[in-house]
Amino acid sequence: MIIKYSSRDKLLLVKITEEIDHHVAEKIRRKVDNEITRFMPRKVMFDFSRVTFMDSAGIGMIIGRYKMVKMLGGTVEMTNVKQSIRKVFEMCGVLKIIPIQDNYIESLYEWDKVG
Amino acid sequence: MRDLKKAENEMKLEFSSKSNNEAFARIAVAAFASQLDPTIEELADIKTAVSEAVTNSIIHGYEDKEGKVKIECKLLENTIYIEVSDMGKGIENVEMARKPLYTSKPNLERSGMGFTIMESFMDEMHVESIMGLGTKVTMKKKIKVEETNIEENEPIVTA
Repeated sequence: MIIKYSSRDKLLLVKITEEIDHHVAEKIRRKVDNEITRFMPRKVMFDFSRVTFMDSAGIGMIIGRYKMVKMLGGTVEMTNVKQSIRKVFEMCGVLKIIPIQDNYIESLYEWDKVG
Repeated sequence: MRDLKKAENEMKLEFSSKSNNEAFARIAVAAFASQLDPTIEELADIKTAVSEAVTNSIIHGYEDKEGKVKIECKLLENTIYIEVSDMGKGIENVEMARKPLYTSKPNLERSGMGFTIMESFMDEMHVESIMGLGTKVTMKKKIKVEETNIEENEPIVTA
């Protein structure tokens, strides 16, 4: 998982680099919650470009983060979602509350230096 | 070109109810299913359904205690039959469990969509469960046969 933060845009980028199932969702949840409470972002962007598989554990994970971010006054979006994964999101009605942003370009943001 | 009539094959798997076996299980079934020459989408459907069934066995059947999950697969004609079973605690009310959004463990951030996904990604899905004895999920999916090249197989009509 690659996490980047842009203080200028108050944007937290979470690039998931594994198949998302129940086992992996636990790990993502712990790590991302940590970063959310640390930065209090205005927006959290989940980048799925490197995700080749996701089951319903991913739904629980993303809705859980959505609830948390929303409570803190922010929003959640997703990008680069493959068709097979979009199908799972669609079936569960997730796209109505967490939209897919197709014209998001990572290099257009100014990312904070890590460390 | 593949010969579907000959595609008769079966396999059995048994593994510990550990969450890091979820990936192993779905990849093993997908590798087996690939003999039927499924599309990427069909393969993704099968992987997702297997992942849901195995996860249910691990977190609901055994509630993270040690146990064994079994998978049996059969290929017959161009259909894959998958059975995922455990000897865990069983489901009290199968009908309720199958309802979309129902989860017995809301604190785990489960979406309650597992059975709904299995049902809609596969052609058929059955659940048998006996309290204290375990649960068995059986699923089947027909893999569509690719249209053969018409030109190639057209009888040659002479004038």
